Amino acid sequence: MPEIKVTPLGAGQDVGRSCILVSIGGKNIMLDCGMHMGYNDDRRFPDFSYITQNGRLTDFLDCVIISHFHLDHCGALPYMSEMVGYDGPIYMTHPTKAICPILLEDFRKITVDKKGETNFFTSQMIKDCMKKVIPLNLHQTVQVDDELEIKAYYAGHVLGAAMVHIKVGSESVVYTGDYNMTPDRHLGAAWIDKCRPDILISESTYATTIRDSKRCRERDFLKKVHESIERGGKVLIPVFALGRAQELCILLETFWERMNLKAPIYFSTGLTEKANHYYKLFITWTNQKIRKTFVQRNMFEFKHIKAFDRSYADNPGPMVVFATPGMLHAGQSLQIFKKWAGNEKNMVIMPGYCVQGTIGHKILNGQRKLEMEGRATLDVKLQVEYMSFSAHADAKGIMQLIRMAEPRNMLLVHGEAVKMEFLKGKIEQEFSIDCYMPANGETTTVTTNPSVPVDISLNLLKREMALGGPLPDPKKPRTMHGTLIMKENSLKLVSSEQALKELGLNEHQLRFTCHVQLQDPHSDADTLHRIYTHLKSVLKGYTIQHLPDGTVIVESIVIKVSSSAEDSNTKVLLLSWSYQDEDLGSFLSSLLKKGLPSGIC
Amino acid sequence: MKLYCLSGHPTLPCNVLKFKSTTIMLDCGLDTTSVLNFLPLPLVHSPRLSKLPGWVSKDGTINLEKRELLDLSTIDVILISNYHCMMALPYITEHTGFTGTVYATEPTLQIGRLLMEELVNFMERVPKAQSATSWKNKEIRRMLPGPLKDAVDVWMWKRCYSMQEVNSALSKVQLVGYSQKVELFGAVQVSPLSSGYSLGSSNWIIQSHHEKVSYVSGSSLLTTHPQPMDQSSLKNSDVLILTGLTQMPTANPDGMLGEFCSNLAMTIRAGGNVLVPCYSSGVIYDLLECLYQFIESANLGTTPFYFISPIANSSLEFSQIFAELCHNKQTKVYLPEPPFPHAELIQTNKLKHYPSIHGDFSSEFRQPCVVFTGHPSLRFGDVVHFMELWGKSSLNTIIFTEPDFSYLDALAPYQPLAMKCVYCPIDTRLNFHQVSKLLKEVQPLHVVCPEQYTQPPLTQSHRSDLMLELQPPPMPYRRCSVLNLPFRRRYERIYILPELANSLVPSEIKPGVSVATVSALLHSKDNKHTLQSVPKPPPMPPSKKRKRVIEEPPVALAPKPMLSGAVALEAFLATLQKHGITEVKVEETADGHILHLQAEDTLIQLEEDGTHIVCDSEPLRTTLRDLVLRFLQKL
Repeated sequence: MPEIKVTPLGAGQDVGRSCILVSIGGKNIMLDCGMHMGYNDDRRFPDFSYITQNGRLTDFLDCVIISHFHLDHCGALPYMSEMVGYDGPIYMTHPTKAICPILLEDFRKITVDKKGETNFFTSQMIKDCMKKVIPLNLHQTVQVDDELEIKAYYAGHVLGAAMVHIKVGSESVVYTGDYNMTPDRHLGAAWIDKCRPDILISESTYATTIRDSKRCRERDFLKKVHESIERGGKVLIPVFALGRAQELCILLETFWERMNLKAPIYFSTGLTEKANHYYKLFITWTNQKIRKTFVQRNMFEFKHIKAFDRSYADNPGPMVVFATPGMLHAGQSLQIFKKWAGNEKNMVIMPGYCVQGTIGHKILNGQRKLEMEGRATLDVKLQVEYMSFSAHADAKGIMQLIRMAEPRNMLLVHGEAVKMEFLKGKIEQEFSIDCYMPANGETTTVTTNPSVPVDISLNLLKREMALGGPLPDPKKPRTMHGTLIMKENSLKLVSSEQALKELGLNEHQLRFTCHVQLQDPHSDADTLHRIYTHLKSVLKGYTIQHLPDGTVIVESIVIKVSSSAEDSNTKVLLLSWSYQDEDLGSFLSSLLKKGLPSGIC
Repeated sequence: MKLYCLSGHPTLPCNVLKFKSTTIMLDCGLDTTSVLNFLPLPLVHSPRLSKLPGWVSKDGTINLEKRELLDLSTIDVILISNYHCMMALPYITEHTGFTGTVYATEPTLQIGRLLMEELVNFMERVPKAQSATSWKNKEIRRMLPGPLKDAVDVWMWKRCYSMQEVNSALSKVQLVGYSQKVELFGAVQVSPLSSGYSLGSSNWIIQSHHEKVSYVSGSSLLTTHPQPMDQSSLKNSDVLILTGLTQMPTANPDGMLGEFCSNLAMTIRAGGNVLVPCYSSGVIYDLLECLYQFIESANLGTTPFYFISPIANSSLEFSQIFAELCHNKQTKVYLPEPPFPHAELIQTNKLKHYPSIHGDFSSEFRQPCVVFTGHPSLRFGDVVHFMELWGKSSLNTIIFTEPDFSYLDALAPYQPLAMKCVYCPIDTRLNFHQVSKLLKEVQPLHVVCPEQYTQPPLTQSHRSDLMLELQPPPMPYRRCSVLNLPFRRRYERIYILPELANSLVPSEIKPGVSVATVSALLHSKDNKHTLQSVPKPPPMPPSKKRKRVIEEPPVALAPKPMLSGAVALEAFLATLQKHGITEVKVEETADGHILHLQAEDTLIQLEEDGTHIVCDSEPLRTTLRDLVLRFLQKL
């Protein structure tokens, strides 16, 4: 039985460092290659030694596919390809290819330059790694090799995020990466066709959450920002440079315009302007509305939002600052947070998920005293608000995707074990399919039962189809008979006659003849006619002919009559049939042995 | 498998392919050369034009390439290869009962929409006081002057469509990406391939599991802005339909581009204006890119460039967002910078675009300048105005870059003309040399092409290099031909469900060749066939069977397989012996042997290609049958 094996190296019952190995039809594929934000040691990268203890990965992997540019999905890529060693193809969408190296470089700078870590990948490694990337277009079917094909679907979530459909022969797997089933202010909703994969590997970040409508959340967000500004407070919104940031910018921009607000909005780091530029150039990846109106007004050209400079943080008066990174674990957002944390007028709004171990996670859990480096503690007095803006599918969305794709098995990754357990129960109950949730390093094996593709001779197919009438009737299935010829790698289904011909074989005729004695006081001709009438009444739906040369033919069975030499009342019937009519011939001989019923003329 | 050819124009094709129960229209180009029979449509009434002798001023009508060769409502899908080849779409999809789907790439749809909008806009902003149709009547037409009298198929000229019809037609378009596989009714798979001619332009593969048709339309191997042509996917085609080769086989696009630049510079330096009548998308991007590099070196930094079209802005903006489909522009997007340099031309105010000559343009207009505007036929659009304005001065130059219209015919109503005329047609589509190389590489079994490609052009009848020479010779088509494509479909894909596959018992006939008899239920749904095990196992237990046999005749069960092989005498005798049949008299005959089983009074005739068992006892007969079958192969 063919099998598909799935082993998460990261993101198994966990969020962060997504890296999932899939073996399908003899091909090995790595899905995502991310890092973990919560760790600073070896654990931040997936454990590639699982694949091989010594040396490079090139021989063990057929391809690597990156779903989107978030670091927990691509952060370990240069490490994997340049330091561990992998020279095969890496696939990602165009926007991901454009943005991913920038985020990697950013990440590298923070780790190496600021924290002074060594043994980390270099700028050159990022560049070398990106050279191995082959860009993907949506819905394009890419043939990795003769057997392995992959196809990308739109996933929402962030610019350029994709789900991938991986297919070898008639086996297939869909990996969602992170996705979002509801369109937002700048991206559309994820979509996939009814591709019926053997396994659907889905993220489950919000496995137990069913979120209220987006509008409510937006209104809440604007209200909180507005109140704080009115109070004269400063609002810090830690974000990742690309993604939610743009959505919130559009939101604030329109709100500022409508309310005629004057308080400045800043966006930290030079990356942002660049980021907005990416959105302009990749407008085909945004939602319908933005695409339609971009000629008249490009949504990503902001009037109210200006670049941030470090010195602005000490300016008096209210302001809103978007700063990176989103989980307050390093960089500018952390610096500003430290400056503003002591004032209760200020506010920090966390618009996304925070990984365990980060400051973002701590303050969201209500911690008001933070231990900083060098034994210092920080009192958190400012308001902490959490607004779920991160674009993951919630439980409803995950179920919706299952309904769309109709998988035969379900596998959950990128979520917390407890929540997964709950969702797993729900999925198994609602769809009656198996649902798996392997931990890191644990292999899930799913046996597939693919149907066998065969080439059928058109003559045979047409003949069979014609039997069922001009239109196929699903209620009346047609039985078809033929011969399957297996030769090298080809499977051909042909009629028996054609099979003989194609294989250069002679037909061997097998015939049977048997004599039946019958008491019938009539002339030979009359007896024959009586037999004819009798058979006519017994055999409905068979062709029965009475030929002038003194034979009755039922289908291809020949019946002849002659009188016995001794007794003219004893008739000897001669039945002859070929093997192909065995059942009917056998039936007739036993039928006639019983004699003819009286009362037929 | 038939091909209905609705257009005779090789670069504006319209063919319908009937393939495996699907009806697929390949492109619907609109041949607008008939507008050359009409007078230009000026923005302001021009007494000079309306008084020209020998020409009639009439409504802008358009020659539609279709004919009632087949019912348009039966078309299942329309595949569009590039935006120039979809201009007749509203005529096909509207008011014909068409209910199918149109497939096109996103740039094709967006730019096609813009070009249609522009055409409608050009027509509608100069409303006619009256429009006549009765002149199309044969009797009246006979009395009309010159060109109109001789025009063919005038009854098929139609009025230009409205914006409403355009929107409705385009709402039927479904977007596809390169190399995306689209299933049509489960029977056929179609897939667009990059063709390298314009943004989003595509060739199409139409295939089933065993047949492959390639449709090549408007392809280019030159390095211009679009993504390079995908050639390898065209391999192994049974039929390759070849259309849209270059209309200027003798003009080298690079040379023409050079000539374009030098003429432009010369005119500007002499203080004249340059008019470039062109389409609002396509080659213009390359012209602008070329000028971008040329401006500085030619010292034209201060000369204003104007692009005037109702869709100028949209066209320039749209070109920037399809970077994924651009050749060697992708790297720019990663920086991120706009892929086309015309963004910089606009930013630095060197290139300005206006929706029309009204409004801002009239106040900002400075001479000498370069104006890009449509329509290249010089019959409608803002270009008409510039012809009137600049035609009388020999300082000015008009440079034709589009190859679709004869420039002499286009200029005719403006004669006498003092302005210089330069003809630099830039057609990047495949030339004959390139196409023969391509065909050699992809090796289709058959090639179908317009008949124009099978002979040298009329004006250059000695140039045998300007035609297709292939072995076997291409199948030419002309307008209204119906071709039977040389296809022998012999096999179809069917799926054997795992349960059935496991139950099959293969037996080896020859080394490496095995056979298995298959009796199964055939399910056909959405043109997909599957075989499933017959639910009831056909062989009944013998006791039950006998009982039943008496009551009713056998139902048609699985027919017996055919037999092959021969029964070897010695081995057969040995087997008989094992089953207690010992008294066998063997008699040799011409073709084999006759075995007489004396105790049972039974004859068995063994021959090379047949066995005949004469036996009156049913149990013995079945025993013998099974013994014989052991020696034979079942198929």
